[in-house]
Amino acid sequence: MKKPPVPLIRDGVRADGRAPDQMREVKIAVGAVSNADGSAVVSYGATVAVAAVYGPREMHPRHLSLPDRGVMRVRYHMAPFSTKDERKNPAPSRREIEISKVLREALEPAVMLEQYSRARIDVFIEILQADGSTRAASLTAASLALADAGVYMRDLVIGVSAGLVDGTVVLDLSGIEDQYCEGDLPVGYMPNLRQFTLLQLDGTWTREQFLKALELAVRGAEYVYQRAREALKGKYMSIAEEVYGS
Amino acid sequence: MASISPYGKRFISYLRREQIRRLVAGKYRVDGRRLDQLRDVEVRVGVISTADGSAEVRLGKTHVVAGVKVGVGQPFPDAPDEGVLVVNAEVLPHASPYTEIGPPDEFAIELARVVDRGIRHCGYIDSKSLFIEQGRVYVVWVDLCVINDDGNLTDAANLAAVAALASAQLPAVAKEEAGVRLDRGRRAKMPVDPGRAPVAVSVCKIGSVLFLDPTFEEELSVDGKVTFTFSQDRIVAVQKTAGHFTYQEIESALDLALKGRDALLSALRSALESPGAAGQ
Repeated sequence: MKKPPVPLIRDGVRADGRAPDQMREVKIAVGAVSNADGSAVVSYGATVAVAAVYGPREMHPRHLSLPDRGVMRVRYHMAPFSTKDERKNPAPSRREIEISKVLREALEPAVMLEQYSRARIDVFIEILQADGSTRAASLTAASLALADAGVYMRDLVIGVSAGLVDGTVVLDLSGIEDQYCEGDLPVGYMPNLRQFTLLQLDGTWTREQFLKALELAVRGAEYVYQRAREALKGKYMSIAEEVYGS
Repeated sequence: MASISPYGKRFISYLRREQIRRLVAGKYRVDGRRLDQLRDVEVRVGVISTADGSAEVRLGKTHVVAGVKVGVGQPFPDAPDEGVLVVNAEVLPHASPYTEIGPPDEFAIELARVVDRGIRHCGYIDSKSLFIEQGRVYVVWVDLCVINDDGNLTDAANLAAVAALASAQLPAVAKEEAGVRLDRGRRAKMPVDPGRAPVAVSVCKIGSVLFLDPTFEEELSVDGKVTFTFSQDRIVAVQKTAGHFTYQEIESALDLALKGRDALLSALRSALESPGAAGQ
């Protein structure tokens, strides 16, 4: 492990003042892209992800459509200015291609694609600001955008990350923790169905640390889920107010 | 570049899929294996004489060749005193009727990145001994060629990469006026620690039944797939590549994966003790 410029955790307090099991401030706005069928902006601290959903709509080219279910197209992309140091080349990197794939596979179990035969549903995710846990924030934003688009879903998929910092299992890695930690565990979780749909890990973990981090991620996802529900409901309440008056 | 739900590319007939699923529900496999049983695994090192290190792995009918090539390059800015590891995977058009010619697709990229993460984080390679001089380090390329895909590419490719690295030689550096050049006439051992060799084990799920080492057809019939990579007693990489899992299922899958690890590790150990015919 490389030495971080500041101690990442001291006396149970992390560099940004959080407790090990504490998320950064979570901000959620549903319906931020007016042209899209559904959209959401999610920020975990300084990490900002914008997701827009178009569809269900016709699949082009047609031969790529499926007769028994819809097709999902997911793109995770980082804006060139989203990184702290050098400009990120806007061409899709191998990392972005892999993340697009795992996010698609994390969302598909939640979406009732069998309701949308021959159609496609597009999910576009852009990272505007990256400060760790970008794929987790992306997943929350994407599933909220899908729900906002009125796509049939079994549950929301909430993304959170856990990590191993100086031997302590922590929730929601920041950028600097991500860079210097001993392990990183991004998770996608459906809180009502209690299913993990995204699960990745790197670093060096014992079995106990891994299982503890999974439990912590579940608690984090349950917390974010409540915020996500409020945001989704809030949008419809505000429409109701506009239509019927308060 | 976006990820699209696979269409027609990899598919299996409905009847065959249901047959496989019904068998697994009764704890049987189409090829007669137990749920926790791997196919025969064969590892041979030193199979490519032009590479700096190489290995081939056969896991049942799955066949992967790994070659190591060493070059000289710049270190990453955040690790100026460490060598660079690059893992690349190509699923050749030979590998199955569903594979097309072209640059690596998302499956191949994911395969390479999962193998890379397993090797990178466990201290298998002593990357500090790949330092040459200020601003110059060894670059170790591991290229994986999938020649035949009968499922479980991750476990086979990981084993091939690890064995190829263990068999690899590091060419000496000759300093010249114009810079540095590799002298393949003088070689040293690749700085790897065989005791830390990472081993990837994939676990599949049909219904609530878990099993190891899926064939190509089984992979197309599963409700979930997750790969664990172990080094010594540590978990160094995990990747869910299909479906969904509960917490309890992940815990059981982890225990099942540990059973599979020992078989793969002993195949690796015996290959490293008796190099293949083209040994270096």
